[in-house]
Amino acid sequence: MSILVDETTKVIFQGFTGDKGTFHAREAIAYGTNLVGGVTPGKGGAKHLDLPVFNTVKEAVKATGATATQIFVPAPFAADAVMEAADAGIELAVVIAEGVPTQDMMRVKRYLLRYPPEYRMTVIGPNCAGVISVGKAMLGIMPGHIYTPGRIGIVARSGTLGYEAAAQMAKYGLGVSTSAGIGGDPINGSSFLDMLKLFEKDDETDAVMMIGEIGGPQEAQAAAFVRDHMSKPVVGFVAGLTAPPGRRMGHAGAIVSAFGDTAAEKSEIMRQAGMTVATNPAELGEVMASVMAQKV
Amino acid sequence: MDIHEHQAKDLLSGFGVPIPEGIVAYTADQAVQAAEEIGGSRWAVKAQIHSGARGKAGGIRLCSTLDEVQAAAHDLLGNVLVTNQTGPAGKVCHRVLVEKAVPIAREFYLGLVLDRGLERVTIIASDQGGMDIEQVAHTSPDSIVKEVIEPAVGIQAFQAREVAYGLGLTGKQVKGVVSAITGAYRAFRDLDATMVEINPLVVTKAGDVLALDTKMSFDDNALFRRPTVNELRDYTQEDPREVEAAEHGLSYIGLDGEIGCIVNGAGLAMATMDLIKHAGGEPANFLDIGGGASPERVANAFRLVMSDPQVKVILVNIFAGINHCDWVAQGIIQAIGEVNLEIPLVVRLAGTNVEEGRKILAESGLEITSTEELYEAAEAAVKALASGKRGASV
Repeated sequence: MSILVDETTKVIFQGFTGDKGTFHAREAIAYGTNLVGGVTPGKGGAKHLDLPVFNTVKEAVKATGATATQIFVPAPFAADAVMEAADAGIELAVVIAEGVPTQDMMRVKRYLLRYPPEYRMTVIGPNCAGVISVGKAMLGIMPGHIYTPGRIGIVARSGTLGYEAAAQMAKYGLGVSTSAGIGGDPINGSSFLDMLKLFEKDDETDAVMMIGEIGGPQEAQAAAFVRDHMSKPVVGFVAGLTAPPGRRMGHAGAIVSAFGDTAAEKSEIMRQAGMTVATNPAELGEVMASVMAQKV
Repeated sequence: MDIHEHQAKDLLSGFGVPIPEGIVAYTADQAVQAAEEIGGSRWAVKAQIHSGARGKAGGIRLCSTLDEVQAAAHDLLGNVLVTNQTGPAGKVCHRVLVEKAVPIAREFYLGLVLDRGLERVTIIASDQGGMDIEQVAHTSPDSIVKEVIEPAVGIQAFQAREVAYGLGLTGKQVKGVVSAITGAYRAFRDLDATMVEINPLVVTKAGDVLALDTKMSFDDNALFRRPTVNELRDYTQEDPREVEAAEHGLSYIGLDGEIGCIVNGAGLAMATMDLIKHAGGEPANFLDIGGGASPERVANAFRLVMSDPQVKVILVNIFAGINHCDWVAQGIIQAIGEVNLEIPLVVRLAGTNVEEGRKILAESGLEITSTEELYEAAEAAVKALASGKRGASV
């Protein structure tokens, strides 16, 4: 059934009536996402895009039965919006905003722990392109038209590299089940590992493309999971081979500051874990195609 | 964002971290006055630049007379200091910190960092002060003491004590180190720091605990709520091109190669650099124009990349999501019109409105090498560099 979202998922927008929220809500509806309403404090009771607006997420959940939210509030207010969604019983929150303070994310992650695992909301992002289950639902800012439906899962830090992977794979006739952008910040709502666990269980996904970058231990954690627990092939790529150490490469989390942070080290860790690793970003499609050919 | 040592000391001192007596000076005469005011018979004159490893680069002078203070300050002020962290261009020193020099009995390392795996602030300490902690972690990992702080409740006194005893301290020095650690943590949390480093933290021969050198970095994303920290920004310590880029909503980092890059998305920008290298070239910069780039922003990106005299070829790589290829194409044409482009330009467009974008470029009559695929773009850029002239018309 793809992961995280599908055409039946009832979705609300937080920051629904703002310019960005409105633009992307229209795109989401056009793609087929089951948008059931939105939240903008102070505008409860109004209609926007023919959908009801609520003051709080709790009201929205009660009235619509929504289980997912796309958060389009500005970065300084994102943590509050995420915690509000978690407390209202939302199951999935996608946070697009770039610029959320790191300590806010630290607090969000701790806050989520107050809920037992079976009721704990999944957070995707921040600073990400969002999630698309191809042909079913889009909670994100990606160009939906570049994805063809298929059986490869994509998980990437970078939005545009995720698009690149999808476009390259399409040339080899490989479509996408779900593509999830986990975001470029130092602390992410969900990790590569979290996404791999979901893809492993998903009966509509046959293989996964995992696109990492310099900085942080997540790629290594994910590689260990691939080695020990994944039955499906995972193709890896790590961006930033030419990035100078100690410099933040656009993404707040893309910085080489410790052992194991470089693209070369991460690629090697992935290889040692048995993953096939693309050596350059132009061969993502080709490498996945050859892995899939061997599988059959 | 980074700040100077003297600023970090002021901030930390406000949170109870013991620091040496010191005064910042902008002229050699001020430095002498500062030394007189501090008193004593030995002073350290320390170059204030945004870099560590200043000692090895000659940026820290121990002086026994006021004449030596004068000479040291005169020597440092207005001059460029090159350390192993500044890159070959170095950083210019506009201020010095004059401090009372105290005889040191023991030196320690104390660092607070964000542990990305644990998603918590971690305290790292070692009895090998003054050393690079990464090196220590590699060569003598047993000497490192670690404490992980629970963000919900903050640092607990026992954790600071464990670090102090772990460093082999006794008596009243434990109390001093506990103050330093708890103060440093509170500063980290309350000011949205990303790193606090006290290296070395010393015990003087008189038995006092002092933060002899300090370094702090801050979360750029949190500066909006930390105006007092934001005020400490010193643009003379930053690459002017990076500062200009930030003003235009662009993310830029200058590198050493000859192929200038203009890309949307940080990941794709890094990958484009990697691919240039793979194709046999060297990238001149990292540049992410961000989402929703207007023609103006694209034009600004061109100006910025072309301001680097090393750039011999420009490679534009756009995979449009929120961006539209036609906007980008218009921006390119607008930019070429304004900047009088005399070097080859390779453009790769993909994603939203790609056909319209390519059409705009093709109909512009400008000499642009337009490619569909990523590797074609990188190869074309490297080839254009080798042939040293413009690419073929579309």
